[in-house]
Amino acid sequence: MAAHIAEKKGTFLEEVIEATPGGERLVHCIQCGSCGGSCPSGAEMQYTPRTLIAMIGANDRDAVLAANTMWACVSCYFCTSRCPQNIPITDIIYTLKRMSIAEKRYHDTDAPALAKTFTDFVDRYGRSFEFGLATGYHLLKRPISMMKMGPMGLQMFTRGRMALRPTKIRQIEQLQAIINKAKELSAK
Amino acid sequence: MKYAYYPGCSLERNAAAYDHSVREVADLLGIRLQEIDDWNCCGATEYFSRNELAACAVIARNLALVEPQTDQLVAPCAACYLNLIKTDKLMVDHPEFGKEVNQCLAAGGLKYEPGRVTVRHMLDVIVDDIGETAVRDKVVRPLAGLRVAPYYGCQVVRPISNNDNPEYPMKMDHLLKWLGAEVVDYPVKAHCCGGHMTQISEPQAFELIRRLLQNAQDYVADMIVCMCPMCQLNLDGYQSRVNGFFGTEFKLPIMYFTQMLGIAFGIDPQKLGFGKEIVTAMPVLEAKLGGQPV
Amino acid sequence: MADKIGIYVCHCGSNIAGTIDVEEVARWAGKNIGDVVVSKDYKFLCSSLGQQMIEDDIRSEGLTGVVVGACSPHLHEKTFRNACKRAGLNPFLCQMTNLREHVSWVNSDKAAGTKKAKALIFAAAERVKRQKPLEPMEVEVNPATLVVGGGIAGLQATLELADAGYLVYLVEREPSIGGHMAQFDKTFPTLDCSACILTPKMSEVGQHENVTMFTYSELEEVSGSVGNFKVKIRKKARYVDYDKCTGCGICTEKCPRKVIDDVFEAGMGYRKAIYSPFPQAVPRIPVIDAENCTWFTRGKCRVCSKVCPTDAVDYDQKDEIVELNVGNIIMATGWKLFDCKRIPQYGFGRLANVYTNMEFERLCNAAGPTSGKIVMRDGKTEPKSVAIVHCVGSRDVNSNPYCSGVCCMAALKFGHLVLEKTKAEVYSFYIDMRTPMKDYEEFYQRLLEEGMHFVRGKVAEVTDAARKPDEKGKLIVQVEDTLLGKQRRIPVDMVILMGGLEPQADAKELGLKCGISCSMAGWYTERHPKLDPVATMTDGVFVAGVCQGPKDIPAAVAQGAAAAARVAGMIAKGTVTIEPIVASIDEEGCSGCRICNNLCPFNAIEYDEEKKVSRVITALCKGCGTCVAACPAGVITGAHFNNEQIFAEIDGILWDAKPQAEVEIASV
Repeated sequence: MAAHIAEKKGTFLEEVIEATPGGERLVHCIQCGSCGGSCPSGAEMQYTPRTLIAMIGANDRDAVLAANTMWACVSCYFCTSRCPQNIPITDIIYTLKRMSIAEKRYHDTDAPALAKTFTDFVDRYGRSFEFGLATGYHLLKRPISMMKMGPMGLQMFTRGRMALRPTKIRQIEQLQAIINKAKELSAK
Repeated sequence: MKYAYYPGCSLERNAAAYDHSVREVADLLGIRLQEIDDWNCCGATEYFSRNELAACAVIARNLALVEPQTDQLVAPCAACYLNLIKTDKLMVDHPEFGKEVNQCLAAGGLKYEPGRVTVRHMLDVIVDDIGETAVRDKVVRPLAGLRVAPYYGCQVVRPISNNDNPEYPMKMDHLLKWLGAEVVDYPVKAHCCGGHMTQISEPQAFELIRRLLQNAQDYVADMIVCMCPMCQLNLDGYQSRVNGFFGTEFKLPIMYFTQMLGIAFGIDPQKLGFGKEIVTAMPVLEAKLGGQPV
Repeated sequence: MADKIGIYVCHCGSNIAGTIDVEEVARWAGKNIGDVVVSKDYKFLCSSLGQQMIEDDIRSEGLTGVVVGACSPHLHEKTFRNACKRAGLNPFLCQMTNLREHVSWVNSDKAAGTKKAKALIFAAAERVKRQKPLEPMEVEVNPATLVVGGGIAGLQATLELADAGYLVYLVEREPSIGGHMAQFDKTFPTLDCSACILTPKMSEVGQHENVTMFTYSELEEVSGSVGNFKVKIRKKARYVDYDKCTGCGICTEKCPRKVIDDVFEAGMGYRKAIYSPFPQAVPRIPVIDAENCTWFTRGKCRVCSKVCPTDAVDYDQKDEIVELNVGNIIMATGWKLFDCKRIPQYGFGRLANVYTNMEFERLCNAAGPTSGKIVMRDGKTEPKSVAIVHCVGSRDVNSNPYCSGVCCMAALKFGHLVLEKTKAEVYSFYIDMRTPMKDYEEFYQRLLEEGMHFVRGKVAEVTDAARKPDEKGKLIVQVEDTLLGKQRRIPVDMVILMGGLEPQADAKELGLKCGISCSMAGWYTERHPKLDPVATMTDGVFVAGVCQGPKDIPAAVAQGAAAAARVAGMIAKGTVTIEPIVASIDEEGCSGCRICNNLCPFNAIEYDEEKKVSRVITALCKGCGTCVAACPAGVITGAHFNNEQIFAEIDGILWDAKPQAEVEIASV
């Protein structure tokens, strides 16, 4: 059927499809709303995933990348597994997250900061670091809730569930070389 | 049976009880787990939000480190499990992308042949590979009288099939029945615990946690049995905060399925990490399991 | 050999000319293929002017063979063969090659398309030079017809033929004819009582002098071909003597064994172990369900036998095979309901007050288990709110990708019935409201006026997990109202799932028996989707009703009548022309090994005990070629497909291949 695929027109739809493995299913959306109906965070979203897909089709790039939809997503994959058209909706949400972060279009959400703090720890130590996340990200972003977290943190600590120091993998240089190569390739 | 083992960061500390009980139970069932040497973090859901290629390269390093003697890799954490299986699948389904991932690995002197490693969740290994007879044979202390609500969460049953129903999974239901427990059939058993939302929007996360606790309580469960460190942390660690937020009085212990297996197999609870949970399980276990201290 | 070949390449408007340089192909063929005396391209060869051109050339040039490069032979082989015939050329000296479906429609590269077209034309020309004139044969058509399936489509076909004076054998798997329509309460959009319009047809069929019914029977085997099929019917043991039974019903009344009726009552009611599915059943003769009968399972009881006034119960009855000769077969085997348990998030089978559409049909049917009262599973409480969920097992790649076509209208009908019989609020959850036929949209308008609520969105889940006090004890329908762009949770008392239509579980197997195939979804494939909707690729086998694809009652009836009309036409003509493409055995070389006898799928090869050789019965042979390939002595020839012709065709297609390759192929 390759002969029937339309020529590239530089639309946002094409851009999203390109950036998402399996994204070509996006053109099959019949706007049924299974995704929006299934989403556990549906009530928090300014636009449901279905609406977002319609907006992608309408080439409304700016509004899509500024939407809060992606940041309310909890990666439960209900939208993906229920989609009657087999569209990888969760993966499309990830694509939009990456675009929004890269272009700094997000607002009123700490999710990008959390992602950054988390991945920075991975880049530095090769392991995640919960205490570091709590002190770094929370102190910076939400000092008040940090205080409420106090008793819980203490409980976790006394039960040996939280370490004060990060673990570092032995071959951290190897991992960093891999990550650097990935960053270099994806910058192209 | 020999399997490569990927514990993941959570199992080192926060979910140490899971790690201990997995190892104890595996030992007893003759599952030989060999931990991947010098494994790294799977990036959870966070790395995919920033850079897909880097996320997959980070994950693929672990796949590349699986020793050639085995092609089976066990991950008890749902997020690790999905990341590992998803990366392998992406590399198989999209060979061009697979090549790029391998280009990254090559920078660290590694190489992974897509499809070489089969990623398994611990639940699937026990239910599918070990099976009912072998599990029942090991039960010395049946969990009779204990009403348990199996909680599957999301990322093992969706979006990649583990031969269970993604909407209404049954594998843990079966397993807990083999242990003699009374299994609560409640509708939200594969709904979301909130994931990383506790770190981003507490009201949103607390509502998701409340829905699960409420439903399990409505169905008169004594405890929730889970299979993911994030689910356990959210339901257990945040339970008192959820109570504070909504004025509820939930007091549901949240245990790992491997801990319950261990109890039924007669393993010392200390070795299974009992006591690390914040909502303590001891009172209900003692009350329901015939008054005997566990 | 002084061949004079004419080559004709069709533009088919731009269908072919758009991706093939047809002028170049014609020019090239005229110069490069041997014995070609005429080579032309033409805008529409199938037009009368196009045909005339070919006829004129045959006469003026004395053509001995014609090659037409155009569309599929399915469409126009007859057209061009007839043109040749009119001009005095044997029609089997005309060869079509498909430049449209095989080249232009599946390709966008004009140079490559042109190249392939040349090869195909070359092959056809090489082949046609070696073709022999053949004469078609006429066989008589047996005027009796087999109709498989006693639902509304099969009944209609049966009556049309029987009323025209022709014999019909009607085979039905269940104990009574009537099909799904007998289970329905009302029919959309007019709200006629389904039974009231169906049962007169059923009794007419039951009493018709030209109809022989085989109920509780199945099609076992089909052999022969158009005009002369031989069929075997398995009459399943009824354990009741058909001739002695008067249908008084005492046996059913006295039978102590109650069984859940998951066929006619869709699991909503009970029947006895000896039963007739419903009061108006045709025939009235009951059957014993041996799996549940106490006599058969435990060797005790025999109540039915004791109470029967005519001594009709016969526990020793066995399945019986009946052989029939018919000229044509109409397949009207219907459909089955999508298993709603396959979508666990809708709760069917887990949440008591979630119903399937077939359950609800029985629930609101006056002859059903609640005498038509719409109440919940407790048998007494009337629902205060009802949700109707569309597209359950339809329009979903996880179950069935197609639209079942009838559910939107049935949902409107249910909405009307609930509003008429109860005080409940009714919600319809739809993706797209599909009301395309006569008076359907008007029915939708009526329901809008009656106050049915319409929510546009595919339901995400039905749950009893309450989040708020007003959801306690209710079924909550969670959906995105796509017109609002908001997630909604609507608490209701009762949910009706509009399960889709699926092909019968054994449709494929049954189709194979009479040589018809199924689409990807499992529906029987018609000969042409627009222009030949009731015929199939097997002559003499026709399809009608939902077995060919989802459709409603009016469409099923129309198709049943259409199939009957096609059959009546065949019978009225009295004979049918059979293609002379048959096998023949060179008796000199036949060793009498009889391998071909058993392989022939049409039982068209007989064995001559005296001469110890096999012989093809020309009237039965379909020219499939199985025996030709299997004969160890290589003495069976398939007319129109002999080795010389096939190898010439291959040589033609490889006209530009390297000589070494030619040597290898020739030596195979």
